[in-house]
Order: sequence, then C-alpha cells, then structure tokens
Amino acid sequence: MSEIIKKNLSEIIDLIKKKEIKSEELANLYIDKVNKSKKLNSYITTCFEHTIQQSKEFDKKPNLNSLLPGVPLAVKDLFCTNGFKTTAGSKMLENFIPQYESTVTENLWKEGAILLGKLNCDEYAMGSSNETSYFGNVINPIAKDTVPGGSSGGSASALAADLTPATIGTDTGGSIRQPASFTGTVGLKPTYGLCSRWGIVAFASSLDQAGPMTKSVKDCSIMLEAMAGFDNKDSTSIEKKKENYSKNLKTNIKGLKIGIPKEYRVENMPKEIDELWNKGKSILKDLGADIIDISLPHTKYALPTYYIVAPAEASSNLARYDGVKYGYRSSKGNDLIEMYENTRSEGFGDEVKRRILIGTYVLSSGYYDAYYLKAQKVRQLIKKDFDENFGKVDAILTPSTPSSAFKIGEKTNDPISMYLNDIFTVPVNLAGLPAISVPAGLDKKGYPLGLQLIGKTLDEQNILNVAYAFEKNCNFKNELKNWWL
Amino acid sequence: MSKDKFDYFIKGEKNKYEVIIGLEVHAQVSSNSKLFSGSATKFGAEPNSQVSLIDSAFPGMLPVINKECINQAIRTGLGLNAKINNNSVFDRKNYFYADLPQGYQISQYKNPIVGEGKVLLDMPYGSKEIGIERLHLEQDAGKSIHDMDPSSTYVDLNRSGIALMEIVSKPDLRSPEEVNAYIKKLRTIMRYLGTCDGNMQEGSLRADVNVSVRQVGDKNFGTRCEIKNVNSIKFMQLAIEYEANRQVELLDEGKKIEQETRLFDTKKNETRSMRSKEDAHDYRYFPDPDLLPLKIEQKLIDDLKKTLPELPDNKKERFMNDYGLNSYEANVLVSEKEISNYYEEVAKLSDKKLAATWMMGDLFAMLNDKGLNISKSPISAKNFAELIQSIKSGEISGRIAKEVFELMVESGDNPKKIIESKGMKQQSDPKELEKIINEILTKNKDKVDQYKSGKEKLFGFFVGQVMKQSSGKANPQLTNEILKKLLKG
Amino acid sequence: MSIDKDKIKHISKLARISIDSKKSDSLAKDLTSIFKFIEQLNELNTDKVEPLSSILNTPLRSREDQINDGKIRDKILENSPKKNEEFFVVPKVIE
Ligand SMILES: [Mg+2]
Ligand SMILES: [Zn+2]
Repeated sequence: MSEIIKKNLSEIIDLIKKKEIKSEELANLYIDKVNKSKKLNSYITTCFEHTIQQSKEFDKKPNLNSLLPGVPLAVKDLFCTNGFKTTAGSKMLENFIPQYESTVTENLWKEGAILLGKLNCDEYAMGSSNETSYFGNVINPIAKDTVPGGSSGGSASALAADLTPATIGTDTGGSIRQPASFTGTVGLKPTYGLCSRWGIVAFASSLDQAGPMTKSVKDCSIMLEAMAGFDNKDSTSIEKKKENYSKNLKTNIKGLKIGIPKEYRVENMPKEIDELWNKGKSILKDLGADIIDISLPHTKYALPTYYIVAPAEASSNLARYDGVKYGYRSSKGNDLIEMYENTRSEGFGDEVKRRILIGTYVLSSGYYDAYYLKAQKVRQLIKKDFDENFGKVDAILTPSTPSSAFKIGEKTNDPISMYLNDIFTVPVNLAGLPAISVPAGLDKKGYPLGLQLIGKTLDEQNILNVAYAFEKNCNFKNELKNWWL
Repeated sequence: MSKDKFDYFIKGEKNKYEVIIGLEVHAQVSSNSKLFSGSATKFGAEPNSQVSLIDSAFPGMLPVINKECINQAIRTGLGLNAKINNNSVFDRKNYFYADLPQGYQISQYKNPIVGEGKVLLDMPYGSKEIGIERLHLEQDAGKSIHDMDPSSTYVDLNRSGIALMEIVSKPDLRSPEEVNAYIKKLRTIMRYLGTCDGNMQEGSLRADVNVSVRQVGDKNFGTRCEIKNVNSIKFMQLAIEYEANRQVELLDEGKKIEQETRLFDTKKNETRSMRSKEDAHDYRYFPDPDLLPLKIEQKLIDDLKKTLPELPDNKKERFMNDYGLNSYEANVLVSEKEISNYYEEVAKLSDKKLAATWMMGDLFAMLNDKGLNISKSPISAKNFAELIQSIKSGEISGRIAKEVFELMVESGDNPKKIIESKGMKQQSDPKELEKIINEILTKNKDKVDQYKSGKEKLFGFFVGQVMKQSSGKANPQLTNEILKKLLKG
Repeated sequence: MSIDKDKIKHISKLARISIDSKKSDSLAKDLTSIFKFIEQLNELNTDKVEPLSSILNTPLRSREDQINDGKIRDKILENSPKKNEEFFVVPKVIE
C-alpha cells in the first residue's frame, strides 16, 4: 500500500504542486484502497468514473493556485451532489439523485477538489455511533468491534483509514467532533452561519453546521478556508469576508486565556479522560497560555434542551419526506393519508421515527410551552453562560467526549446512554459557537481520545491556532493496524 | 334592495338569532416572484412550470424572503389604518397535504407583520366600522386536482410558495350584505395600493368564513364553524346563509354546534364537514429556524407611507366636498381607482354633477354591456367631457346626446365632430323655430281648434310634430315657449 | 410525563407515521425515559428568561423581487415515485 495516502492533506497538496504526483495517480491510489476496505462500510456510494475523468481533466490543465488542486475527496452523504445519489443514510432517499450541488461541496470543487464518493452516516444524521444508517453500521478502523462515532461516522472512519485525504461532515450536536475524537482525527464545527446550509439534508436547522474533518489542524484550516463563505441562498449565512485560515495559522499562543469549565468534570468519567484534560492544560500552560477556572452553570441542561430543540426542528424538517416529490413511497395504503403513514413508517428507521415523535410531541398543542418554549429559554441561559465567560477567556478547553469509542451494539438499546455521548459537544451547538476536537492521547485500550477547544463567535482562527500549537506539542500518534485489509 | 335599517336575523322555530361572521381573507400579494423563491407568480401557466426546488421542498432547500412582499404587506397595513409591527416572526404551520410540499406552511403566528386596523363600510343604514385583527404574510399551497383521473389526485405546485396576505377581521360582520361590502372595500383598498389585483376568478382573493349564531340579546359568541377557501362573494353569501340556518336549526332542536372546518359545495349550495381536515387542528406552530426575525425600520414604514396613493375614503370625502356629489355617487365613483381617475378628468373639463349622472348611467351601462373595464372605454374622458359640456350648454338636447353617445361608442370620435357632421346641433334660433311651428299649425288647423276649445292634451302632439320636423333637434324649452305663444294668439 | 400507547397513537397520527402495535410498547418505554431525562429542565426557574429566537443577531436579509427560477418541470418531477408529464400523482384525495 502506498505511503502517499497516509500523508496529511497539506503534504499531498505539496506533492501535487511540486508535480511529484498527478491527480489521476492519487485518485487511483484512493480508489484502490477504498475497493479493498469494504469491510469498514464507510462509503455508501462511489463515483470512480467521475473521479478519474475529473482528475484527468485536472492534470491536463492543472490550476495549482487553488486550495485543493486535484485532490480527490469523499463527503458525508448528507451533502447533495449533482447527479450523484444522496441518501442521508436513509431508505427514504435510497435512490434520490439531486440535480443540484450543495454550496459547501460546490466551494470545494471550485477549489480544485474532486468527488470520490459519499460517506456513510447515521440516518438523517441522527445518532452518535453510525449504527442508525439504513446502509449498515460503519466500523472504526481503530478496532473491528468498535463504532466510529456519529453521525459523521463514515467520514471519520474513511479519513482514519486513509480512504480520503480529508472530508467534511455536519455537526448538529457533536456529529463532527465526537467521531473525530473516536478515530484520532481532527474535526471542527464552525460558528453557526459560517458555512452555508444550502443543499445539505437538514436535521435541525438552528443547530446544523458543516465542517472539516482532517488528519491535522493545518489540513483543517485549509478545508475550512475552502468550504466556508457567505451564501445569499441561506438566510442564516453570515455576511463576511473569506479568511485565510491556513496562511494565518500560528503556534504562538502566549498570553492567551484558556478557560477550564468545572461542570465538564462529570460523574463516572473515566480517569484517563481527566488525566488527558490535565495533560492538555499543562501543554497549553507550557506554551505560555493562562489557564483559568471558569463556570458554565447550565451545562447539565444542555443535553435535555438539545433533545427538545433538535427533534422539534427535525419533526418539521422531515415532514417533506412524504412519498410525493422524491424518495421512497410505500405501495400499501388506500388513500393519501395511508400512503403517507406507510411511506414514513417503512422509509424511516427507528431512531428517526423516535425523534420525529419526540419533536411532534414537544410542539403539540398543550405541550409547546412546557417543552419547546422552556427549551428555548434554557438555550438562552446556556448561551449567556458562554457570553459571560468569553469576556474573561479567549477559548475554553474541555474533553471532546466522556468516553473513547464503544463497542458496536453496546448502547443501541439504551437511547439515553447513547445521547449522553454528546454531553460535551452539544452546548456549543446550542450557543452557535465554533469548536474543534483535536486528538490528545490514547486510553488503556489504545483507543484515541480528543480534547475540545471552544471559541468565540467567528473566532475560528484562534481555536485553530491553539489546536495547532497543542498538536505540535502533544505527539499524538494513531496506531492503526490495517486489520481490515 | 336597499334598506335603511339593519334587519338580518334568522328566526328559528323558537328563537330569533343574530349571525356573527369573521373573515380570514387570503389576498395574493402582487409581486413578480414568490415569497421565498425566484419562481414566477403568473396566473394560468403550464402545470408545474413555475416551480423551483425550493417551492417543491427538495432536501436542503432554504427560503430567502422577497423584499417587495414585505413592502406590499406594509402598504396594505397602512391602507387598513393598521399598526405595522417593527418586529415580526415567521413560523412554521405543520400539517400534511398533497399540495403542501414542505409538510409545513411558512406563515406568521404570534407576531404578525401588521397588527390591528379598521375598514369603514358604507351600508344603507349608515357607515359601519369593521375591525381588523391582524395581517400576516404566508405561503400559498399548490393545487390538488381531483377530477382528471378517477383513482388519483394530480398536484400542480405553481401556486406553491406564492405570497399571500392573510387579513383577519374581528367578528364584526353581521350579514351576507356586510360581507359583500367588506370584501369589496378590501379589494378596492388593495387595488388602489396595487398590493393585490383582487381577481377572484383567478383565486387572488379567497376567504375562510367563520360563522356562528347567537340568540338576539346574547352577549357571548356561539361555537363557530370555519368554511374554508370560498372564492366568490356570491358563494360567501350563500355559504353564510346556509351555515347560519343550519346552526339555528341545530340550536333550536337543543343540539350543540361542533367546532369544525367545513367546505362549501358550490353545486348543492350547502356546507359540509371537511374529511381531509379532520385532525388538522394541531398545527404545531414554531418559529422557522431557517429564517431570522423580521425587523422593519420605522424609516421604511415612513417612506412607504409617503408614496401611498390617496385612498378611497379620503377620495370620497374630497369628491363630496369638491364636486358636490352625494355620498352614494361618491361611493360609486371611488370604487375603483380607474373610475375615479376617469371621473376626475371629466369633472375638470365639464359640469361635475351632470358628469357623475351620465357616467353612472349611460357610460357604466355601456361598459357593463360590452364587458369592458373603464380603462378600455371606447369613449375617452376628454371626449366624454365634451359631450357633457355640449349638453350643459344646450348645444344638444339630452335625447340627441344619447344618439351622439352611441355614435361615439361606435366610432371613438369626438362629439363635436359627430354633431357637426350629422348636423345634430339643437335648433335654438327662435325665428327658425317659429317658421316650423307656423307651418305645422297651418297644416293641422282642426287640431288647433280642438286645442283652443279645451283639449289641452293636444299640446304634446304639436311638440312631437315639431321634433319630427326638426329631426329631434329643436330646443325643447324654446319650442314650448313659442308653441304656447302661437297657440294663444 | 409518562408516554402511553394512546399518546403514541395520537402523535404518530399527527406525524403521519404508522406504528406497529408490537413496537408501540417499547417505544412508549423509550419515550417515557427520554421525557424523564428532558424534564430535568423543570428544575430551572425560567420565568424571567426571554426565549432564544435566533443565535445570530443580524436582521433577516431579503432579496430583490426578480424571477430567476422555475421552468424546470422535468427536473422537479424527475425523482417523483409517481408522476405523469405534467403532474405529481398521489392517491385520490376526498375532501
Ligand atoms: Mg384559516
Ligand atoms: Zn392562511
């Protein structure tokens, strides 16, 4: 197996720029490995003919000034790709071929990237282990009985297994950062509104954000730079100039104030995670940062709030899947209503149905105030917690997840314990803030663990810098055994 | 038809009832493109040809609001003397229907763009104020076609996403006549403003009609039924009559009214319970997370206010003051902006009162006959004014004027030209007239004798003869005078 | 809040999802535990808190009133499970 595809995105870009490898050669290396890695089940769709044809075209007239020159990339199957199946991990969209391209993927192609395929994910991004996908669960390359996390589990697995040099996911409650943590990769959820949501299958509109998943912080800055940007087709897109995250990346974090929220030290958290967190603090301290204890008192209410807001929005967002315009339609039923009921019953999986029902309930007559309105109020409190502390600190350091990758099937019968996986990531979505998960170490089993850096609104550059400095001094090394080949 | 006292009550077997009506009017906003997408809004296009990925709710599609629709709602609000809310919110109203592709309608629930206002009605029994509860912006749904296939319903999404203003009245209406006047008044105001074309045949103006009844003297409202989507004033009136009588019958039998959504069957002229909306009452409204709260700067409201045209109520007052019209005339002449413009043009060049009479009589009859809008009138305002002036100055008689009018309709010519070329000028030269009259009296000596011996009715005969002789051009007043004088002699 | 089979029936009707009566019990159990979890929020007094309406504090952007979309009927109908040349086709609706 070629050593080239083990490299980071930035190194691969250098090789292309130095003309040491052609786009087509590179594409073939990935295609070869993807073909040999079916066991991981990280891809739902491949489009290799397209990849080769595009890479040939790139090689004929290479634009080496673009950010991602001739780089083949696979993306989460939640991004609509023009002419290529987009399933959202659901039977409902098993055969859905959009005739439009999401803004974010369009941005990548404009920077020279080439679509390699569509990556598995939890159905409609609802899950934390990639076990709710209609196309089967994804395996974490770390160990064959572990989940890669979710919902961007296919993305994390493919990235860690060198089946794509970088990728993009979406993060509604931790769906980029938790799988990044589980697979020893870097994942960033941008400020809400930094990346356009246009053309991304919606889960919960006020929380969804697309973001990069990469092998290094530098890669992450390149990908973010390529995908982000104002889009007038999305009313929640922030109007601002593009930033050069990769060019401005620096390791000097002297004098930065890093907050440590005491509420993130939760009961029953493995000791290793606490230790890792301490290791993170001391590394940053050694680099000249001030470590400051802070309090985010409403942290514990973030997850219950999330499990009202996200299902409520999802119940409405997923109403369009009714068997009329596109997607699955049940052949059973005598009238329109029965057609709807059977289509949605057969087309959606259990977790999706569960969340639609929760969402329907919390919005229904007589319960709106008690649940949905209450949650929007608590969401205000959670946001205030962050706002107040960001007067005092420049970034916040927490663990990314309360555990390392768990076993396949371990939590599937206990929704609450599954939901608790996102306990550290969810507050950030509720507050609309940027956060990055960086690999920080391995637990006893040798499974990776990540630390999370939370930044102020639109302060992506700052958390990238801190993560970059941390990465340089952490010496994390993922130990993959390529057992699936 | 007109009555000077309000008298719409329904007598049941036992009791006398009053009818309470509130209207939710859906008025299509005049705009080129839809509320949240760039598709066209033209009526009558090929099925599904004015549909974007947004209107058909493809995965990942997002709404972006049309500025003009916001402005139109503000203009309409101002026209209804209503409060414009500086902060409003778009909500999702969730329900499933074949022609609702998103599975929700983007609408406004708790915080509409326009708050309370009022509309003034001129009823024969006096003027009546109807309260406006609110006006909000929302998306229209598509169209389900049930009669093209025996086993299927066809769905056309051309209307899907078109901007509507839902104008909700207070339950202030008490009779089908008031509903008629209210809808017409709303339509007039919106047409003046250019915010809705008011075309009911094309579905630009529809209403959900809420009807309840209560015993005369009762203070509390009864249970109401909502009759969905009625698209003509006549149907609204018929539906109200049917529904009110149905409710009265039930109450008189001691039964209860069930709050429900009903449908007006235009073939049977009756309302019936709507099966498809049975469980649609729980709409699970919540703020649309794809949109941000709508903020309207006071400056925008002020700027729009400055550009508003003169509205019918003000214009009516001015017509009465400046042109000496009575309330009825003024009402008719301001009912459409084009009519009022026409009238003003005519009135400036001719006798104001006579112009009003002729417009409301002959001109309207002719237009009505030909099915023409006043803007397409074959007689221009300038020519019409000339005709009025010719009558006023005595150049032609009223009778001749009718002939000239007909000729103007046919040719589009200027009345002067017609009068000249056809020699239709009134004979007002006393000498000429005396000559004609003398001839007639000589010819009819026997009748002159009979007249003189007391048969005065014969006077009319002589006038007729003069008119015949002069081809109708003899000045009637002068003819009378001369005849009387000569018959005396 | 405990969720029983009747509630499941009511909300699944609203959500237009038919639920197998066999699955209804376990679903009721799951939802009950999820709502118990959610109801931790009741510990908080939020009487004086404004609900968060948007995490962005920018005003809603609007677009010009221009026709620049539509006329893509084939594209719109392409993915439909049942259609003819002009329309989406659904089971007969009785109003
Ligand atoms: Mg209504
Ligand atoms: Zn409405």
